[in-house]
Amino acid sequence: MWKVTWRNLWARKIRLFLSGLAVVLGVAFVAGTFIFTDAMSGSFDKIIEGSTADVEVAFEGANDFDSSQDSRLLPASVVGELRALPGAESVHPNNTLTTVFAIDPDGKVIGGNGPPGLAFGPTDAESITGIKIMAVTDGEYPDAPYEVALDEKTADKAEVEIGDKLEIVTPAEDPVMEVTLTGLVEFGGGTGLNGATLTVFDQKFLQDQFFDGQDGYMSVALNAKDGVTQAELRDQAQAVLPAGATAEAGDDYVEEQKNGLEQIFSFLEYFLLAFAAISLIVGIFMIINTFSILVAQRSRELALLRAMGASRRQVMGSVIVEALAVGIVGSLIGLGAGYLLARGLAVVFGAIGLDLAGASFVLDAEAVAWSLSVGILVTLVAAVVPAMRASRIPPIQALRDDVALPETALHRRVIVAGLLAVLGIAAIVLGFLADSAQALAVVGLGMLSILVAAAMVSPILARPVIWLFGTVYRSLYGMVGRLATQNSMRNPRRTAATASALMIGLAVVGLLSVVASSTTASTEEAVEEQVTSQFIIRNVAGQSPFSTGYAEKAREVPGVAAVAPFRSVFNAKLEGRSAFLGATDPAALAEAMRLPMVAGGLAALGPGQILVGEERAESQNLKVGDKVTLELQGGKQELEVAGMLGIGSALPADVLVTLDTLEKGGPAPLDSLVFITADPGADLDQVFSDLEGIVEENPTVTVSDPEALVDAQKDQINQILYLMYGLLGLAIVIAVLGIISTLWLSVIERTREVGLLRAVGLSRSQLRRMIRLEAVVVAVFGAMLGLLLGIAFGAGLIYALRDQGLTVFAVPWGRLLIFVVLAGLVGVLASLFPAHRAARLDVLKAIATE
Amino acid sequence: MTSPATSQATAAARVENLTKTYGMGDAHVRALDDVTLDLMDGEFTAVMGPSGSGKSTLMHCCAALDKGDSGSVFIGDDELTRMGDKALTRLRRDSIGFVFQSFNLVPTLTAEENILLPLSIAGRKPDAEWYDSVIATVGLGDRLTHKPNELSGGQQQRVAVARALVSRPRIVFADEPTGNLDSHSGAEVLQLLRSSVTDHGQTIVMVTHDPVAAAYTDRVVFLQDGKVVDEMRSPTREQILLKMQELTAIEAAAAADVPEPASTGKA
Repeated sequence: MWKVTWRNLWARKIRLFLSGLAVVLGVAFVAGTFIFTDAMSGSFDKIIEGSTADVEVAFEGANDFDSSQDSRLLPASVVGELRALPGAESVHPNNTLTTVFAIDPDGKVIGGNGPPGLAFGPTDAESITGIKIMAVTDGEYPDAPYEVALDEKTADKAEVEIGDKLEIVTPAEDPVMEVTLTGLVEFGGGTGLNGATLTVFDQKFLQDQFFDGQDGYMSVALNAKDGVTQAELRDQAQAVLPAGATAEAGDDYVEEQKNGLEQIFSFLEYFLLAFAAISLIVGIFMIINTFSILVAQRSRELALLRAMGASRRQVMGSVIVEALAVGIVGSLIGLGAGYLLARGLAVVFGAIGLDLAGASFVLDAEAVAWSLSVGILVTLVAAVVPAMRASRIPPIQALRDDVALPETALHRRVIVAGLLAVLGIAAIVLGFLADSAQALAVVGLGMLSILVAAAMVSPILARPVIWLFGTVYRSLYGMVGRLATQNSMRNPRRTAATASALMIGLAVVGLLSVVASSTTASTEEAVEEQVTSQFIIRNVAGQSPFSTGYAEKAREVPGVAAVAPFRSVFNAKLEGRSAFLGATDPAALAEAMRLPMVAGGLAALGPGQILVGEERAESQNLKVGDKVTLELQGGKQELEVAGMLGIGSALPADVLVTLDTLEKGGPAPLDSLVFITADPGADLDQVFSDLEGIVEENPTVTVSDPEALVDAQKDQINQILYLMYGLLGLAIVIAVLGIISTLWLSVIERTREVGLLRAVGLSRSQLRRMIRLEAVVVAVFGAMLGLLLGIAFGAGLIYALRDQGLTVFAVPWGRLLIFVVLAGLVGVLASLFPAHRAARLDVLKAIATE
Repeated sequence: MTSPATSQATAAARVENLTKTYGMGDAHVRALDDVTLDLMDGEFTAVMGPSGSGKSTLMHCCAALDKGDSGSVFIGDDELTRMGDKALTRLRRDSIGFVFQSFNLVPTLTAEENILLPLSIAGRKPDAEWYDSVIATVGLGDRLTHKPNELSGGQQQRVAVARALVSRPRIVFADEPTGNLDSHSGAEVLQLLRSSVTDHGQTIVMVTHDPVAAAYTDRVVFLQDGKVVDEMRSPTREQILLKMQELTAIEAAAAADVPEPASTGKA
């Protein structure tokens, strides 16, 4: 008897382990997302607090987190007045640049890829937390031209010591300069810079090089005398400031900056949570499936309980208690795993520039509450359905050999699935029509509902696929192939439910792949059709806009007919709505590209005029000749709509103005693209090598043909795509575990049959092959169904976004085929353990199993 | 009792000094105790004995499903004790046929596919003539395309017998093949086994505790406490019954002295 008991316990351990694993992984992703985003925003909060003085003075808008550099300066006279304030202990005027980078000995840029390359003059200001905002840890501040202090990490990476010379890239007219390192600095008392780099210049040199030698400052930090509150000092300061400049109390300033950051990071958080949701949904599928199988296997035991007088409620209770235990334990372990996952995410994000070495990773109440409640609830819900079925088993069945669980009839499933699919399509259409932040969530829910519908009818959809596999398998593997096919047909619902987990992950993979390839294909088409210039100067992927000096130098190159700089601004507002603004020299750009125009012409765009994208013009009800207000950080300008840009423009902007309009608006001029058209008959090779000679000194800038733009975009998109594939990897891991657990439970269920097959001469390797083939059917079916749905979703999305420049619908068949093959390999992988267990079964014991 | 030298026919299977024990210490059970036995070609042999006598273990060892602690087992000239899993699997597939008490058929395959299973696992085609004659003997007719759950217990066992016969194995082992059947269906299955020996010279070894079943055979070997204690040639039902009662009585007397050891876990 002890043998039976032990066996039951062991079998239960396996099933508890398998169902618990799904919970652990789902919860780990949710918890990991919360912990990671908390750690990240926490570390930014520390930086903000560590770098804010009692009162901060600047022109309005200059400190917006996403702002470009502001060219308006507070004159020295104002600084003098601030110094005279009765409440001011000390006053620290300063200037800030965000695109200064050191170059390492290999000629590579240090930092970039998102985080700014900060540059300041020396400062002694104290932050509201009472520490020096910036402090010299070694050597001294620079006090002469071409001297710098760096943060320690950057100096390390540049492999320089105090007194050494190094090269830096700046936005100055002559961007690359050789400088001498005079000291090392620490920021905010060592809070870290989250991937940003820090360069300190002598203030006079900073003004001479980057602010046309004006004796002015972008911002002033004030420290209050003892007993003077932030508010008092703020009011005193505000009284002496010129129009447009504001003084802000440190606490308010910190709050404002945090809010600004939160907006940026809430996007990241939602993004990660969306992937957490996908993992969780896949996890739900796995838990439901695992519990269904477990209950089915125990149905005899449960029916026996019923026969002995247990009530339905008691039977259900026993299943639910088990689920509750699994849910609680799984969620707790998941929390721990989530912590590790957050650490892992930090490493991943560190690799792409966001260095969170200074962040602290803490489990806060919110993360714990969310993770636990999600994990436990999901497990309970997943267990209730099979438990209800189990409780419906008539007691008399306990005495029979095969106890079948009552299942919902397939035709009822089809009806429910049909309803879900219709609802899903409606939600997607509505979501695309609506133009709000929630719309995306509605679209997502619509897709989810279609996925659930597909999962419900997948037992029917699976038939032709399994039949196809059966034909192939039989001709390749004979009886082993036949057995494998028959096994996957034996319980089509189980096969389908197992495959559905993989389907969801791969639907998202398919969608993302289609969107990515369509985006690239659209850009490729636009560039090929529109860009006529032979060369472009552009920033290297991930780097910032560059000095306008290169466009100037390009004009001097013999054989160059026209040079069209293109600058972009992300925080512009047209008639109150945020716009993606581009600025250029219209006549030169007209030489370089044939933009699709709906009205007006590019070359005719003059100062005081603006070109508006067709889609925007329609939604904002703008016509040629209308007067519109463009708001830049430097103030508002009245402009006239001179024409409309057609859909599918190769230019990354939906409103276009002249260079003077942008310069009037405030941001210091930096180019993000320069189009260069050569004279007809010019020696293109010579022109190219001359242009290369200009940019060669600067590792952030490169010259190439326009097609390279497409490649650069492809690289960027692929980088994001791979990150998303990576995040989906977890959902796929869960799906694989689902396949493993289903197969394993099936093997346990069919122990006797395995024994029989072995007895009549099936070899171990044939047995392993049988299980492997079954796993491949499940995996490939799930992958194919998911990818097809993903392609359909992608087609819908591209159609909805056709006005946004996505003019081409491209399905990356090659890549998707690779995913199908990978899914097959995943199936093989998932079968390894169950197959190994099955092959090791003792033939005699297997036959004797009840 | 019987040594190779005295027998005229060749042995399809031979057991020499086979010993097998289960468990340790107090639970120590000697299932087979130095058994030596020849199973002759073309003979229908029954192995009988009270439960715990080692008859099932003997059959499992002969059939390459289990291994003894010492001694040797031969199927034809192949010695099993020296073979690895691969060779044993091939031996089971090509030289041995099985009929178990229950659960003989793969539920996902039709009766015909089940019959052909060992051949198709080996990737071989059946000998058409032999296949037809086996099918005819089994007498399933139009039920060949049915799945096992659409067949009666007797029909299922007949399919199992057909499967054991179709690859023309050197020897067929049947473990209580009628244990789960009513007497009528049982008789049909036994008649099928008998006729395959008589008409086609098939060698069959059957483990049973049922004197009625044993009466169909050419030779009955009796086991007790892991030892071959007696054998009979073409016995009647009554002779077998008498012998069994005698063995059971000895068993009962022994049990009165020493408490019965823990179950060996064998059916």
